[in-house]
Amino acid sequence: MNKIFIIIQREYLSRVKKRSFLILTFLTPLLIAGIYAFMIWMMLKDDTEKRTIAVLNESELVEPVQSSEFTTYNYLQNTTFEDVKSSMEKNGYYAILVIPKNILQTKTAELFSHKQVTIEVKSNVGSQIRQHIEKLKRAKIIAEANMPNLEEKLAATKTPIAMRTIKFGEDGEIKQSSTEIAMGIGFAASFIIYMFIFMYGVQVMRGVIEEKSNRIVEVIISSVKPFQLMMGKIVGVAMVGLTQFIMWIVLTGIIITIGSALVLPGVDMETLQQAKSVAELPAGAASLDAGQLKIAQDILGTFDLAYVAGIIGAFIFFFLGGYLLYSALFAAVGSAVDNETETQQFMLPITIPLILALYIGFAVAKNPESSLAFWGSIIPFTSPIVMLVRIPFGVPIWELLLSMSLLIGTFLLITWIAAKIYRTGILMYGKKVSYKEIWKWLRYHN
Amino acid sequence: MTFFEAKDVVKQYAGHKALNKVSISVPKGSIFGLLGPNGAGKTTLIRIINQITGPDAGEVFFNGQPLKPEDVKRIGYLPEERGLYKKMKVGEQAVYLAQLKGMSQKEATKKLKAWFDKFDILPWWDKKVEELSKGMAQKVQFIVTILHEPELLIFDEPFSGFDPINANLLKKEILELRDKGATIIFSTHNMGSVEEICDHIALINKSEKILDGPVEQIKKKYRTNTYEINYIGEFDKLDQVLKADFEIIDQAKGIEFNTLKIKLNNGSTSNELLEQLLPYLNIVSFREIIPNMNDIFIRVVKESKTI
Repeated sequence: MNKIFIIIQREYLSRVKKRSFLILTFLTPLLIAGIYAFMIWMMLKDDTEKRTIAVLNESELVEPVQSSEFTTYNYLQNTTFEDVKSSMEKNGYYAILVIPKNILQTKTAELFSHKQVTIEVKSNVGSQIRQHIEKLKRAKIIAEANMPNLEEKLAATKTPIAMRTIKFGEDGEIKQSSTEIAMGIGFAASFIIYMFIFMYGVQVMRGVIEEKSNRIVEVIISSVKPFQLMMGKIVGVAMVGLTQFIMWIVLTGIIITIGSALVLPGVDMETLQQAKSVAELPAGAASLDAGQLKIAQDILGTFDLAYVAGIIGAFIFFFLGGYLLYSALFAAVGSAVDNETETQQFMLPITIPLILALYIGFAVAKNPESSLAFWGSIIPFTSPIVMLVRIPFGVPIWELLLSMSLLIGTFLLITWIAAKIYRTGILMYGKKVSYKEIWKWLRYHN
Repeated sequence: MTFFEAKDVVKQYAGHKALNKVSISVPKGSIFGLLGPNGAGKTTLIRIINQITGPDAGEVFFNGQPLKPEDVKRIGYLPEERGLYKKMKVGEQAVYLAQLKGMSQKEATKKLKAWFDKFDILPWWDKKVEELSKGMAQKVQFIVTILHEPELLIFDEPFSGFDPINANLLKKEILELRDKGATIIFSTHNMGSVEEICDHIALINKSEKILDGPVEQIKKKYRTNTYEINYIGEFDKLDQVLKADFEIIDQAKGIEFNTLKIKLNNGSTSNELLEQLLPYLNIVSFREIIPNMNDIFIRVVKESKTI
C-alpha cells in the first residue's frame, strides 16, 4: 500500500512541476479575469461621445426629443433636407432626424447618417418620440374624459411583474428556484467534468505510453504490481486535475478581487457580482437580461447551505467517478499501443459515449424531466455528465443513489477489465494490437 | 544448496505454450546461465520469478519457501527492455526506483551517492536522464538493480548495448556481488558472452528445457574427443599410416603451418595419437577442441529433433 503512495507522489509532482502545467494554471485565471474585466468594462462604459443631431421636424410635435449631456438635438427651421445634408460635415452633424408631418399615422421617423447609427442613439431617439406621443395622447384622453384623478388612476394600472419559479422540496418545504440559474450551474458543472475527463484521461494514456516506450515499465513492475502502477498514475493525475481546478478558482477569485479594488474603485461589489454571475454561465444563458438578473440575485440570496453543499458534493462525486471510469479505459488503451498515433482505433469507443453524454446534457438542460434525462443520468458512461445537468433542477433521491451505485459498480468492473488489458499490454512491444488480441488478453489469468 | 527452484512450470498464452514443464534449480552463490534462442521462453520464466506473471502450473521456490509477493525486495532485476523516465532527474529517479523496492528515501540517497561516485557519474545526479549518454544510463540502471542488496540478481541480456569497457565493469561488479553471497541468473541468447562466467546453465529451446547442469560437467559430457594439431611439413599419406581409431575430420593448409583435426574413437588416447604422428610431422601445437555452448546447443537441438 505504501508503494502506491510513492507512485502517486511521483505522478503528481512530476506533472505539477512541469512548465506547461504552471503556465496553464496561472495563465487561465488571468485570461478569465481579463474576459471578466472586459465584460464589466463593456457593461459599465457610458457612451461619452458628444454628438449633434440635426432635427427636421415637420410634425406638430414640439421638440419631442430633448438634448442630453452628450447628445445635442438642433431643431432646424426654414431649410431643406438637401441643404442640411450637404452641410452635414461642415456643421459636424452626426445624423439627421426627420420627423414627418404625419408621424401620428405612419408611426415612423427617419435617421439619416453616413455611418451606421449606434443602437443607443437609435433607441434613445425612438423612445423619446414614443414617450412624447404617449404623453400627448394621454393628456388628450384625460382632458376629454374629464374624470377626477384619472391621471393617477392610469398610472396605477402599470404593474410590472417579476416571475418567480418556486418548486416543492423533498420534505414538502417550498424552495425558490430559477430555471436559468439551474441550467447555468448544470451546464457549467457538466462541461467542466467533460473537459476534465478528456484532458486528464488523455494524460493518463500518455503517461502509460511514455512508460512503455521508455521501457521503464518492466523495471517498475518487478517492484510493484501493474495494478498499483496503473492506479497510482490514475489517482496522481486526478490530484493534478483537482489542484489545477482549485487553483483556477482561487486565483481567479484573487485576481478579480484585487483587480476590482484597483481598477474599478467606483464599482460596488454588488454590480460586480451580477456581472460575474452572468459571465459564469456558458453561452446561451448570457442572454439573461437585467430583470432576470434581479431574480437570479434573489434566488442566490435564498440558496440554502444544504442545496449548495449538495451540488458541490454531487459535483465532486461524479467528477471523480466519471474520471476514474474513463481514465481506466484510457490507461488500457495506452498499454495496448506503442505510440500515440496508434491510439486512434481504440479511442473511438471512449470518445463516443463522452461526446454523446455532452449532447444529451444539452438536451436535458431544456427538459430535465424527459426519459432521455432519466436514462442518460443512470447509465454510468453518460451519468457523470448528464446527472450534473439534472441535479440543480432536483433529482429524486432513489435515482441519485441508483446512478451513484451503478457508477461505482461499473468503475470497479471497468478497472478490473482495464487492469487485465494493462497488465498484458505494457509488456507487449512492437506488436500491432487488434480488438481480437485484446479480447484474448482478457482471458489470460495473471 | 538450492537457492531458487522452479518445478514443472507451465505457462500458456493464447495460441502457444511459452513454457512447457520447465524445471530449473539454481544453487546458492552460483552464476546461473539461462540460455536459449530468442523466443525460447527465457523472459517468460524470468517474469515468473519476478512475479510479473504467474505460472499456469508448477511450483516456484525461493530459498526453500514458495515464492511470496514480499520476495520482490530480495530480488534485483535488470530486464532486457530497460529504460528510465527521460524527463526526470537522474538522482530523483534512482531514489524513486529504490523506494519502490522498499528502501527509505534517506537510505537510498546515501547508498546511491556512494555508487554514483564509484561509477563516476555523481556529477550527473541533478541532470535529466535525456542528457545522459547511453552508457551512463546503463550504469544508473545497473546501480538501481543492485542497490537494495538483493539475494537473487537476474540480468536479462545484460551485455546487449553495453560497450566493452562498461561490459567489463559490469562483469567485475557482478562477480564481486557473487563473492559477497548473491545468487545470479543470466539470461541470454548470446551464449558465448556468458559461458566463461557461468558455473551452471540451463538450455531452453521452444518452451522446453533441453539441458542443464554445471558447465564443467556439460562440457565434459559433450566433449568430442577431437584434437587440433598445427604442424610444419608435408605428409599426404597420413590416412594410410594412422590407425583406424583416428579419424581425420579436417585437413587445411596454412601459410605458417598446416592444421589437422582428428577425432579419437574407441577409447584411443591423445598420447597414442601423438606417438603415431611424431615420426612424420613437426608439431607446433596440440590441443583438444572443447565445444562451446553454441556448439553444444546446436548439437542438443539436433539430437532432440531426431528422437
